[in-house]
Amino acid sequence: MNFGFEAEQELLRAEARKFLDQCCPMEEVRRIATTPQGFSPELWKRIAELGWPGLAVPEEYGGAGLRFIDLVVLLEETGRSLFPSPLLATTLAASAIHDAGDDVQRRRWLPGLASGATIGTLALLEASDRLDVEGVQLVAEREEAGYVLHGEKLFVLDAGSATLFVVSFRSRREREAVGLAVVELGAPGVAAESLPGIDETKRLGRLRLDGVRVRADALLGPADAAWPAVTRLLDRGAAAVTAEMIGAAEAALALTVRYAKERIQFNSPIGRFQGVKHPLAEIYVDIESFKSLLYYAAWMLDESPAQARRQVSMAKAYASEAFARTGLDAVGLHGGIGYTWEYDAQLYLKRSKWARSIFGDADWHYERVAQLGGL
Amino acid sequence: MDFNLTPEEEAFRDEVRAFLDENLPVGTNTNDQRFLADWNRKVRAKGWVGFSWPKEVGGGGGTLMQQVILKEEMAKRKAPSLGTCFMGLAWVGPAIIQYGTEAQKQRFIPEILDGKYQWCTGYSEPGAGSDLASLQCRGRRDGEAYVVNGQKIWTSIAMWSRWMILLVRTDPHSTSKHEGITCLLVEMHTPGISVRPIRNMAGGAMFAEVFFDNVRIPVVNRLGADGEGWKVTISALANERSGIAEVEGLRRALEAIKDLAGRSQRHGRPALQDPQIRRRVAKAETRIEAMRLNGMRFLTRQLRGEPLGSETSINKLHRAELEIGLGELALELEGSYGLLAKGSDLAVDGGRWQHFALSWPEVVIGGGTPNVQKNIIAERILGLPHD
Repeated sequence: MNFGFEAEQELLRAEARKFLDQCCPMEEVRRIATTPQGFSPELWKRIAELGWPGLAVPEEYGGAGLRFIDLVVLLEETGRSLFPSPLLATTLAASAIHDAGDDVQRRRWLPGLASGATIGTLALLEASDRLDVEGVQLVAEREEAGYVLHGEKLFVLDAGSATLFVVSFRSRREREAVGLAVVELGAPGVAAESLPGIDETKRLGRLRLDGVRVRADALLGPADAAWPAVTRLLDRGAAAVTAEMIGAAEAALALTVRYAKERIQFNSPIGRFQGVKHPLAEIYVDIESFKSLLYYAAWMLDESPAQARRQVSMAKAYASEAFARTGLDAVGLHGGIGYTWEYDAQLYLKRSKWARSIFGDADWHYERVAQLGGL
Repeated sequence: MDFNLTPEEEAFRDEVRAFLDENLPVGTNTNDQRFLADWNRKVRAKGWVGFSWPKEVGGGGGTLMQQVILKEEMAKRKAPSLGTCFMGLAWVGPAIIQYGTEAQKQRFIPEILDGKYQWCTGYSEPGAGSDLASLQCRGRRDGEAYVVNGQKIWTSIAMWSRWMILLVRTDPHSTSKHEGITCLLVEMHTPGISVRPIRNMAGGAMFAEVFFDNVRIPVVNRLGADGEGWKVTISALANERSGIAEVEGLRRALEAIKDLAGRSQRHGRPALQDPQIRRRVAKAETRIEAMRLNGMRFLTRQLRGEPLGSETSINKLHRAELEIGLGELALELEGSYGLLAKGSDLAVDGGRWQHFALSWPEVVIGGGTPNVQKNIIAERILGLPHD
């Protein structure tokens, strides 16, 4: 029994930390957040050289062939730095193609995604904001060579910078008749844009598909039987976001603990007062706990994905609530300074809002825990 | 990361399971006295009482992982406890093994393992609860004895115990309140000791006040050096483990509540159609799972040879939340029926949850209140200043 990380994983963590500390300190995060594209092409190139986008892509398709649990280690660190990049989105797009695509499709797209040459993302949600199968209403008309897609996808991660989109669509009326297709920017009828968001270190946008032709060789699996694959993507997405939440929440806690030790009021560091120290202790308890839940869920995703679902939901539900509270307390316990634009506490608060909602909030995941637990 | 057992560990688990199949068949009445006597003899023969203790003192010499496997398998089958001398096995024994004289070890350890009698713990006082180190019960050296005067309170099972592990202040002039405390092993029959049970809000009496009036305790019954009682106590309490056994109990309570929820109506609708109820159940289940997995992470650290520090407070806080929260959930599920207790033919499940909902202080306050646990985390882990 070993519920800890191996030496190689600790090495990966140390390398990631060193790189992010050196190349993307908070001033750089803030600078990138003001750019229109919301990420640094230069840093993207550097992390591509380090192999990050292809970390969990098998070696035969140009990646490093590591497992999901290794990706968790990396995402914890990118989360800790609030690193603005399309890494999470690209990783999930690659995972979709690997999981639902055939060998030809993997050879066609994975090397580009793994090398960082292609920025990919998932386009799953629509205006209804529903994560269940009914949420997929984007129309696909059958034609001889494949399908023609009409409609709009929303809340697409890094929509403004991605050039490859894994899109869910409805091929027939039946409840589960959902397909997955790869759509590339530049094809006639494809338009993507970034939308102003609450967290400027995490970009979301819209994908418009206006009569976009998808040939059979761009369909990932059967056009009416991809829902299980979409669900697996949701699991991976929720777990990946939770991994980033661990790092970000720990950073927010560390920032606030440091302030509580330094800030003097009533002739004492405020961290001596139980009104300050107890919320900080509770946040620590919560972070350690959703960490345990997520590590186990990630391990399950590698070992037996079908049974991982409930574990993932437990982790994402717990983390969504706990990190949201961390963000609020990080600002609140700082007092006035926490409310300012210049001080970093607000950046964690905004990230906690983003992370809470992406790939299902606490309500949604707790309901899934209830359902999968026989209620 | 690897959650699989080694072949040796699997063999041990199979041995435990085979023992349970043979000695605890389904449907066994575990309250039957003859069965219990037999059970105690058999698990003692197996070396499973005091399983973590070294073989030299009569323990089982089990590895950390074997201890976990044994506890887990026992909990899964709702087996009776391994040994009957609860506090003796939990912390008095470990303290004697670590600090006791040869004579003390030879005298007390076999009796604890055999469950000859109960031990109780004389720590808390009317003026020393969460702030235990401020205790005032006095021990004055007089020749070959300590003369004890003062009072202890919240002493669990004092009225059924033959021995007590007692903390007294032997040096009232020491500079720090943690110094000048001495640990004594006290026979409860000693003249001058009187015990007065305290009734708790559930109606039972598990704890008591204990009064000491010129009680003479021979110096040979001192545990550890004079003035080092605080150290003895702290290291004995550090024997607490990662809390894996408690998880099974909480899981069982949650399963019973799910079952209760399935039978309950709220405001004319099945309770399980109420999204709030569903969420509360899912949340409790998630917290229990977090506790289980936290315990496994702590265990991994122990297996790697790192001592467990204040992290155990994490699961104590979860447990507090659950012990209170599950009782509340059960009563709310029952609605007005939740107001009826044991003795009423309309009480749900024989009034089980009313008792549950009134019993949480025993574990929630007993081992250090949640506020104390938060102080421990804030000060020892996060490094915030002491109050």
